[in-house]
Amino acid sequence: MLPEIGQVALVLALLVSLLQATLPLAGAQRGRTSWMSVARPAAFAQLLLVLCAFLVLTVSFVMQDFSVRYVAENSNSLLPVIYRYTAVWGSHEGSLLLWALILAGWTGAVAEFSRKLPDEVVARVLGVMGLVSVGFLSFLIFTSNPFARLLPAVAEGRDLNPLLQDPGMIIHPPMLYLGYVGFVVPFAFAVAALIDGRMDARWLRWTRPWTNVAWGFLTLGIAIGSWWAYYELGWGGWWFWDPVENASFMPWLVGAALLHSQAVTEKRGSFRGWTVLLAIAAFSLSLLGTFLVRSGVLTSVHAFAADPARGLFILIFLAIVVGGSLLLYALRAPRFEEGAPFAASSRETLLLANNLLLVSACGMVLLGTLYPLLADALDLGKISVGPPYFGFLFVLLMTPLVLLLPFGPLTRWQREQPSKPLAMLAPWAILALVLGAVAYFTAPQGPLKTAAGVAGSAWALLGTARFVWTRFKGNGRRFTPEMLGMTLAHTGIAVFLVGALLVEAQNTQRELPLAPGQTVEVGKYAFRFEGVEETQGPNYVSDLGHVQVLRDGKPVTLLHPEKRAYASGGQVMTEAGIHSGVFGDVYVALGEPLGAADDPDRANGAWAVRVHIKPFVRWIWLGAALMALGGFVTALDRRFRAKPVQAATTEQRA
Amino acid sequence: MNPIRKRRLWMIAALVVASAIAVTLVALALQRNVAYLYTPAEVLGGQAGEAVSAGTAKFRLGGMVAEHSFKREEGSMEVRFAVTDGDAQLPVSYTGILPDLFRENQAVVATGHMRGDTFVAEQVLAKHDETYVPKEVADKMGLAHQKHGVQTPADAAADAP
Repeated sequence: MLPEIGQVALVLALLVSLLQATLPLAGAQRGRTSWMSVARPAAFAQLLLVLCAFLVLTVSFVMQDFSVRYVAENSNSLLPVIYRYTAVWGSHEGSLLLWALILAGWTGAVAEFSRKLPDEVVARVLGVMGLVSVGFLSFLIFTSNPFARLLPAVAEGRDLNPLLQDPGMIIHPPMLYLGYVGFVVPFAFAVAALIDGRMDARWLRWTRPWTNVAWGFLTLGIAIGSWWAYYELGWGGWWFWDPVENASFMPWLVGAALLHSQAVTEKRGSFRGWTVLLAIAAFSLSLLGTFLVRSGVLTSVHAFAADPARGLFILIFLAIVVGGSLLLYALRAPRFEEGAPFAASSRETLLLANNLLLVSACGMVLLGTLYPLLADALDLGKISVGPPYFGFLFVLLMTPLVLLLPFGPLTRWQREQPSKPLAMLAPWAILALVLGAVAYFTAPQGPLKTAAGVAGSAWALLGTARFVWTRFKGNGRRFTPEMLGMTLAHTGIAVFLVGALLVEAQNTQRELPLAPGQTVEVGKYAFRFEGVEETQGPNYVSDLGHVQVLRDGKPVTLLHPEKRAYASGGQVMTEAGIHSGVFGDVYVALGEPLGAADDPDRANGAWAVRVHIKPFVRWIWLGAALMALGGFVTALDRRFRAKPVQAATTEQRA
Repeated sequence: MNPIRKRRLWMIAALVVASAIAVTLVALALQRNVAYLYTPAEVLGGQAGEAVSAGTAKFRLGGMVAEHSFKREEGSMEVRFAVTDGDAQLPVSYTGILPDLFRENQAVVATGHMRGDTFVAEQVLAKHDETYVPKEVADKMGLAHQKHGVQTPADAAADAP
């Protein structure tokens, strides 16, 4: 009975979103207040209904209702309770329901916090969000129904994919989706502005915090995914340029460009058309990401065995969203007025460079990700694009970005003597170069990358500090949350650079056969393999390894890498044993027993063991966390809220 | 020429040069880092090309791990197995730890190159969903199956004089 309630709630949500997509938009065109006023209640009703459906599915999982096909396929009576909650988004149907819930959540939030905006703007924005909801809810209902019954019910479910039975997986998808779907807000505002034919800086100011928050969540989502891959896949890598990683990275890059271009448009009125285009691109790339992951066209660790009807549906949906909004852009964008003019040496120019570099990086990733699909379609053979392609071009594009980064905040809008920021930053540039040189000569291995990491990071950090100092030195000049957010995010880049480049340069990795009692030395550490014992987990049997880590003959820690065999399906999972520290991780993963296959006692013999020493690897995620924090802090700036309230009301009175 | 127009002209010229450099770099990077997927039959039959059979080109080998082909020297990190596409088998050697889902009769994609008659793999990937066969491998295996199967009407029509 309960699943049918969820089903009905979903269908009602679709009907409500149809209402939300049509009446307010038509009302805004014709100036009918009664039609426009439908938008807000419809948004709340839709949120309530989707939430109801989501709760029903959660209850079905917790109660282990194996008559629901989706539950039977992704749960098992042995599954620990906490993972029964998170199994809801463990596979295709449920994760789309989460997508729809988050979309409804963002829509509800916009409806709630937009009370001070003009009615037409709210009606248009909620109407556009309603259109997106219609697309997603019909996708959910017609191609991926999570409430489909399995009758007669099976006695036992197939179990959640063991890779997903992990704390990181609890928060990775919701964070990522909050980011992906969050870009719907700037998108809806951009489309509303296009329909209206003009872009008001006050509304734009209102959307800026939303973009920042969405981008912050996306940053966290990607970082958690990377951290999860690091400890769960047992390869010790943190980024693989896997198509699905790329799919989430593209909206991130464009989102970062959008943040900066929105700031220019809001403050100076320039780049109006460009900002709108970026807002469309960021959301379209989020949709493309969903399409790439869900359609099964890509060979990737994330790909599910998928139904071609789903791929076709998303492809058509994508074509409508991208095609429709670009057509609207072509028709309406030329109407936007031009902003204040700016000189070649100005903050606008620097931010333009930032945008060009970020968008080029996104284009490069897009090309590398879609090229195999293109080649396949043109019958050029089955190819894959290797990580060196991405690595080479990404470093090439990001180097100028890091070099220009400290100049941005120190350069004035409109016109600046180039000598002024140069003079302010010159001593710090020299210091950064000296630090890089010191790193070059002291690095035990990979001197070039180490030097680049140290110098680049010092440059970004010192340049940002120079800006903070300038602000505090100036009398009576405020340090706003917006500036604090920028400072945090740019510091995050400095921290990330240390992590990414130093772990690349200083990483030590060995794969060795180890017999119980044997000791090997890797780098400064010695590892004594104490053997493997069999233990029983809630829904798996585990070969639990004991590895004593020593440094200078003194014990550092005892690591427990695991090899788990899950009871249902017999999947084997690696759990790495990690000793983490600020300056590096020691990482041990079990491979497989090396004894003869017919030896019943082989688990007690020698094992293949993978040992990594990863200096500064934590800094990668710490840097990402700082960037995300920067996005959130920026959104707190009162300027984004207080001013439009007054301006909007005075305008209404007038 | 007025100064605004002159500036625009310079900007356009700069843009053209920048995009030319970008296109060249991207094309070069792509060309050097693209790896083709071949099945054992294509490698042994020579369709994969001279560079692949001679061992100079790096490529990806796709197929199923042949039954009873997996061997490991006791206590050694080196493993040997065969990859099959139903038509032909190719022996593979790999030194290192195999992925968790590596198993006989499962789809596998290995990156490496030929050395003599053996494919020396640098990286072996097996996919994490047991019902999932990588699409590109499925496509290629499908081709092999078609060849062995009954002629489809289209083939028969094409064969008719």
